[in-house]
Amino acid sequence: MLGSRAQSGLEPLPPRYARPKALEDALALRESGAQIIAGGTDFFPARVGKPLYDRDVACVLDLTALPELRGIREEVESYRIGALTRWTEIVEAPLPAQFRCLQAAAREVGGRQIQNRGTIGGNLCNASPAADGVPALLALGAEIELLSRGGTRRLPLSDFILGARRIALRPDEIASAILIPKPNGAAHSGFVKLGARRYLVISIVMAAGCLDVVDGRIAGARVAVGACSPVALRLPALESALQGATTSDLGRLAKAEHLAPLTPIDDVRATATYRTEAALIVVRRLLQELSA
Amino acid sequence: MNKLSAAPLSHDAVALTVNGASRVYRGDGLRRLADVLRDEFDLKGTKIGCNAGDCGACTVLMDGAQVCACLVPIGQCEGSAVTTVEGLAGGSRLSDLQRSFLAHGAAQCGICTPGMLVAASDLLARLPKPSRLQVEDALGGVLCRCTGYQKIVEAVLDVAQPAEIVQAGHVGASTAKVDGPAKLTGAERYGADGTPADALYVRAIRSPHAHARFTLGDLDAFVTSRPGLVRALTARDVPFNAYGIYPNIKDQPVLADGMARYRGDPVAAFVGSREAIEAIRDEDVPVTYETLPAIIGIDAAKAALPIHAGKNGNILADGGVTCGDVESAFGSASHVAEVEYETSFVEHAYIEPEAGWAERKGDTLEVHVSTQNPFQHRDDLAQILNLPKEAVRLIASAVGGGFGGKLDLNVHPLAALAAWLCDRPVAYVYTRPESMAASTKRHPAHVKAKAACDGAGRLTAFWSHADLDTGAYASWGPTVANRVPVHAPGPYVVPHARTRGTAYFTNCPPSGAFRGFGVPQSAIASEAAMDALADALGMDWLEFRRLNALRAGDRTVTGQVLEDSVGIVETIDAVESHWRDWNNAATDFNTSSPRVKRGVGIACSWYGIGNTSLSNPSEMKIGVAPDGRITLYCGAVDIGQGSNTILTQIAADALGLAASEIRLVMGDTARTLDAGKTSASRQTFVTGKACELAALDLKAKLAKLTDRSALRNLPVDNHGDVLTGYGRFDPPTTPLDENGQGVPYACYGFATQVALVEVDLDLGTTKVLKIAAAHDVGKAVNPQQVEGQIHGGTAQGIGLALMEEYIPGRTENLHDYLIPTFGDMPEMICRIVEAPTKHGPHGAKGVGEPALISTAPAIFGGIYRAAGVRVTKIPVLPHRLRAAIRAREAKR
Ligand SMILES: Cc1cc2nc3c(=O)[nH]c(=O)nc-3n(C[C@H](O)[C@H](O)[C@H](O)COP(=O)(O)OP(=O)(O)OC[C@H]3O[C@@H](n4cnc5c(N)ncnc54)[C@H](O)[C@@H]3O)c2cc1C
Ligand code: FES
Ligand code: FES
Repeated sequence: MLGSRAQSGLEPLPPRYARPKALEDALALRESGAQIIAGGTDFFPARVGKPLYDRDVACVLDLTALPELRGIREEVESYRIGALTRWTEIVEAPLPAQFRCLQAAAREVGGRQIQNRGTIGGNLCNASPAADGVPALLALGAEIELLSRGGTRRLPLSDFILGARRIALRPDEIASAILIPKPNGAAHSGFVKLGARRYLVISIVMAAGCLDVVDGRIAGARVAVGACSPVALRLPALESALQGATTSDLGRLAKAEHLAPLTPIDDVRATATYRTEAALIVVRRLLQELSA
Repeated sequence: MNKLSAAPLSHDAVALTVNGASRVYRGDGLRRLADVLRDEFDLKGTKIGCNAGDCGACTVLMDGAQVCACLVPIGQCEGSAVTTVEGLAGGSRLSDLQRSFLAHGAAQCGICTPGMLVAASDLLARLPKPSRLQVEDALGGVLCRCTGYQKIVEAVLDVAQPAEIVQAGHVGASTAKVDGPAKLTGAERYGADGTPADALYVRAIRSPHAHARFTLGDLDAFVTSRPGLVRALTARDVPFNAYGIYPNIKDQPVLADGMARYRGDPVAAFVGSREAIEAIRDEDVPVTYETLPAIIGIDAAKAALPIHAGKNGNILADGGVTCGDVESAFGSASHVAEVEYETSFVEHAYIEPEAGWAERKGDTLEVHVSTQNPFQHRDDLAQILNLPKEAVRLIASAVGGGFGGKLDLNVHPLAALAAWLCDRPVAYVYTRPESMAASTKRHPAHVKAKAACDGAGRLTAFWSHADLDTGAYASWGPTVANRVPVHAPGPYVVPHARTRGTAYFTNCPPSGAFRGFGVPQSAIASEAAMDALADALGMDWLEFRRLNALRAGDRTVTGQVLEDSVGIVETIDAVESHWRDWNNAATDFNTSSPRVKRGVGIACSWYGIGNTSLSNPSEMKIGVAPDGRITLYCGAVDIGQGSNTILTQIAADALGLAASEIRLVMGDTARTLDAGKTSASRQTFVTGKACELAALDLKAKLAKLTDRSALRNLPVDNHGDVLTGYGRFDPPTTPLDENGQGVPYACYGFATQVALVEVDLDLGTTKVLKIAAAHDVGKAVNPQQVEGQIHGGTAQGIGLALMEEYIPGRTENLHDYLIPTFGDMPEMICRIVEAPTKHGPHGAKGVGEPALISTAPAIFGGIYRAAGVRVTKIPVLPHRLRAAIRAREAKR
């Protein structure tokens, strides 16, 4: 569409902004190479003092006029959270205890203005190592749904976020929803964030955990740590250690060796040594919070 | 209209309501709502502090919910209702919330106020009676650099029963800010708000390297290839390409000439339409850099070749004080304490980035700019442009925070040069990253200090040396190097002392003036030494300080005998009950809390008001018009600290008028007299005195009239006045000799602060729970404003102590560079002490800078008491504190 003018030797059109009201239009624009904007809370900060349209971008596609991409719905086997769902909506939604980690993370994203605009899909697609939504969604065993004119596919979150700022989104796709499986028994979850100040702070370390509890014992545990590796990671060794445990005083079960998968770095916020140490403390506190 | 905007498509028209009125926007749907509100709808009350969601100054309501207008593309506003600060009450009326802000003094500079009010309106609509925590949660996304947030929280909590708005204008009354209503309605005009619609804009290209030779390619061809660009500017276009604070040190170029000396040094600039300059991508500009080894840090500077020719050892300036016989005093001391600290670059982080615009009028130039220093800036601009002083008129806009950072030239030289050359109005507004990269910083200091006392606990000797990283250009380096040694021992009697301060050039941002001029850095070291001596004696920290504190009649290390106005002991007394109670409570708490510990610290400080041993007069003029209207022609710029109100009160008090009866003209070099810089905490003291004298002069002239109607028969001057009162005051000081002996200041402000902190031993995090701050201000002309200064200074002290560290290229925005938010502030208790000085108006001294100095050392004392460690690299980030705790625990 837009590219064809350039190919035919005509002067390229200036880039344009489009906010379609129909999903087919959005997918068509996306297929022609449009760049996506949702809540804009990562989009604009990346362009301070710079042109809003990146070089060679013909169209910026705004997804916010598509109601089918927004909102939280209970389905048969899972919960479906539209990619365009805002953090405030997640905070305010009446959700089961399983979602406490996600709701707590939502409350910690930026300040209220950011929560009122920023979307969960944007958080995943922006793929910052410090994205607060990622550990929570890993702990919930989330999958992401991707949509293109060619169809729909689903990926586990860990297969979608490949590295810092790298995702498995094809250039013709948009992220449409996050799908969270329902637990077998009772599940509850939590989220702990460590930053260098109270509000508006990028995490130094954060951890989320979700425990499925059957008959007072842990039937399934998922614990993930963020900001200590290019992508937030689950801790399989810790999860096995938790498997079958009774739910009292869980903090003591977390051991330094469970954190071996993490590869923290030195940056302006903290040293790698500190992160390694703090991650264990944060995980222990998280588990303590999840203890009966 | 907009080069970037799309070809007109049907959905490019956006219909919305703004403050209740229907509006249609036509143009690029990706434009930020904040820009559309300001530039298309002329609603300048929405402020832009960062364009990145970090500061919240642009907060507006969108369908009732607070959002950052800098993060919303206007296309998303289709069908929405947007409310800005202008829509909260309507017109010049104030809503209950705005009245509560005014009553509480919740706005200082006011640049954050629109965002605060909007965020609070969102909250109050959801929760009419919020708790303190709910207020903090709701407003937590808006930053304030002036108030320390406490009065804002109180204003929101009290909205149902608003406090009284004090109208009385006498000295000693907490008169409501005279410029408060304008700040609360969004009517106030800051540096970026008055730009004419047809103005061109400047865009500077800045070196991405700390040290590099560079060559410019064909910039004219670049300009021609881009519609909307008007011209390029290079060093060759600047008639006199050097400026600086000191008359004999003009070392900073307006545009670097082939050599960039820090990351952020401007190498060239473009002038053009707003759209055209915003479309420039740095990487497209033809500049080639040849990077050179960068001199980073003081040790590197000592060893390297000079950055500026002739400055061997890269020494810019050094100052020192010697009294008595230090060596033998140390030799015979009972106890000696030695400490060493290193601090970081600290950014002013005013919420208003530097901004202004200039316009050529024939052979004269008019410059409107956010400045703390209008008269010097006028003189410097005249020199740069090779114009007579009279040809330049500088008019200060309202200033959205300064703290020393707007004492240096910033946007003005390029805006003025461009306006002069292009004969068009030209504006220049820094982006946040540009503001952070280009502006001055607090000097990083490497301070070594040694103090000694006798067996009874009396200080006998003090030695200190502060190496200061002054960055690439001189700026205020000499001031800092001189102020530090004079203040280094703290407000104590020290018979034998030797202190030094040395400022070194490096390839870092120029360090300049920042609230306290180096004294906060050196106080960290000296106060730690006092704690250590008290511990060596087994003496209470407060008692040790009270024993050694200066009293009237005592001699300072510069040999000055303090005749009066020495309130340090009273400030110690004023916080004593908090010191004792909090220590007891902390001890109790710690017995049952193994891994989270509390501790209490205390610190005393002093600060000389006005310039160090330099003449710094203020002149003031008050006129009366034929109809009896009084105008205060005030060359002093109010940067939020409240001088507009203070000076009005002083004049009103002398003339027996209400504050509202006095009109104010501020910071206009054509209409006001030179009242010096808004720096060195001098405006209340120096300008206040000049103002009092001017008012008394006018009063005497009015008394000679038979009655007021006689005014109508007098000849009218070019201001429209018939009578004028004039006052001038220059605080009495003497030069310092080669040993630093003399009278550097006419008076000093004194303070004692106590901090209760909580340390998480496992995470190394510190929470400041409470601060009690007692300040001797001579006379509180406006007690509410004094408290506001203490709150704001304390907040900056907390930032300095615990989170602020500017690293060029890495923390050039307000999400990597952290300043305290609502949730980081302790409960603050203020005690005002009044030990009047015979020199100041009604005995008043200053408080702006003293407010900050004691906070960090008090916090560090508290951390030491809680965790048993001293972190010597400031700020005490969690990883640094944890490393110190780990090392201590490993030893045990
Ligand atoms: C002041 C401030 C504080 C912040 N604090 C935090 C914090 O504490 N924790 C945290 O995790 N984040 C934080 N953020 C980052 C940001 O708010 C979140 O990542 C937010 O969830 C991003 O969502 P968005 O809708 O605004 O994304 P946008 O900015 O609209 O988009 C982000 C990226 O994702 C892509 N994208 C968006 N939606 C889709 C989609 N549906 N399909 C495909 N691609 C898509 C866009 O192309 C873009 O590259 C903060 C941001 C700011 C400005
Ligand atoms: S300008 Fe929008 S948050 Fe700073
Ligand atoms: S009053 Fe809040 S930033 Fe100045």
